[in-house]
Amino acid sequence: MKDSYIFRYIIIIVVIVSVLLSGAALLLQPYQQDNINNEKKMMILKAAGIKDATTESFDNYCSKMIVIDPQGNVTDEATNDYTKCKAFKINLKDELYNKANGKDFSLPMFIINDNGRQVNVVPLQGAGLWGPIWGYLGLSADYQTVVGAVFDHKSETPGLGAEITTEKFQRQFPGKVIFQDGQFVSINVQKGGIAVLPEDVQRHSVDAISGGTITSHGINDMIKNVLESYLPYINK
Amino acid sequence: MSKNLELITKPLRQANPVTVLILGICSSLAVTAKLKPAIVMALSVTVVTALSNLVISLMRKGIPSKIRIIVQLIVVATLVILVDQFLKAFVYDVSKSLSVFVGLIITNCIVMGRLEAFAMAQKPWPSFLDGIGNGLGYGMILVIVAFFRELFGSGTLFGFRVIPEGLYNFGYMNNGLMILPPMALIIIGIIIWCQKPAEEKK
Repeated sequence: MKDSYIFRYIIIIVVIVSVLLSGAALLLQPYQQDNINNEKKMMILKAAGIKDATTESFDNYCSKMIVIDPQGNVTDEATNDYTKCKAFKINLKDELYNKANGKDFSLPMFIINDNGRQVNVVPLQGAGLWGPIWGYLGLSADYQTVVGAVFDHKSETPGLGAEITTEKFQRQFPGKVIFQDGQFVSINVQKGGIAVLPEDVQRHSVDAISGGTITSHGINDMIKNVLESYLPYINK
Repeated sequence: MSKNLELITKPLRQANPVTVLILGICSSLAVTAKLKPAIVMALSVTVVTALSNLVISLMRKGIPSKIRIIVQLIVVATLVILVDQFLKAFVYDVSKSLSVFVGLIITNCIVMGRLEAFAMAQKPWPSFLDGIGNGLGYGMILVIVAFFRELFGSGTLFGFRVIPEGLYNFGYMNNGLMILPPMALIIIGIIIWCQKPAEEKK
């Protein structure tokens, strides 16, 4: 078999395959994006403590989405068409990277209204043991108490670090306070359990996951790091 | 038994890719903690082996032998990417739990093994059936392993609770080892152990 035949053969195959793949990717992309958006909506609603959340009811619950700059000013605001607004599209990972490098950054906040009960949901992004971890934290209207929390991860160890996605871990968060005597204290993920801690520390602490120490530290640092960035806005 | 039917039934038992040929073990350890991802994985592998067998068999006379592995890889990779894209678009939660393992079907020895051993030398229809048979043979083991792992590891099947709450009150506990990969290997070992004597008797 001649070499020229081999070259012609492989070139034709590669062209056919690339047309096929790019076609499929283009056709399926809107469905895939919908799935990603829906998942994000569900997580936001869950963090706001809404039990019967569906993706369709998101627009009824969400009253506003805002974008905040490092000085705590609101730079963008959307009250409808949420999936297209700036706040929904922000990739927190990039923004935190900009922050770490001393560059300008912007942070999203999703304001949920559940029959008059206002919840401010902020996204979270941090590092676990094997890969990124992220989630959403719902804060009360005065930003003092946690209403709900959801976490997800890329590749934490099943049965250990991956337990952060379970109801058992997440239901510890509602009711915890993140300010004490006007000071920001964040949420303390306590190894060894919170039962031995003094009463006033317990109010902003949750039990860590046994066997998932580094992931627990990751959650601790993630909440502290992200909420600190929101402080200029919260204190206003 | 007709020859074509045998192409499907043989890989289910005496030429099973997982328990007899010991191929594709890696992914059978990883995706079998729950039944649903195991079934989706089984179907994905069946689709990929069947279609790649068919395509390669149709192309077999034109493929230059010097680059035949490359051509096979291109065909398999294309099909796997298509499957991955479809899963992401229509069964997003399953695609998330399968994560990288869909992409790794490309390196699943069963697929390349069948292409080299069968499709390169056979007509399209038998090749297609051979692909289906091997995909199902692999999938069957996956489902058996996932059944036991989900039942004893999480107390559920397809996410529904099947072990009654009352049993937990008597001190029954889910076996945490079941959801870790080593247990899948042990279950596969037990399946092989049960299957071997049954085959030898025939």
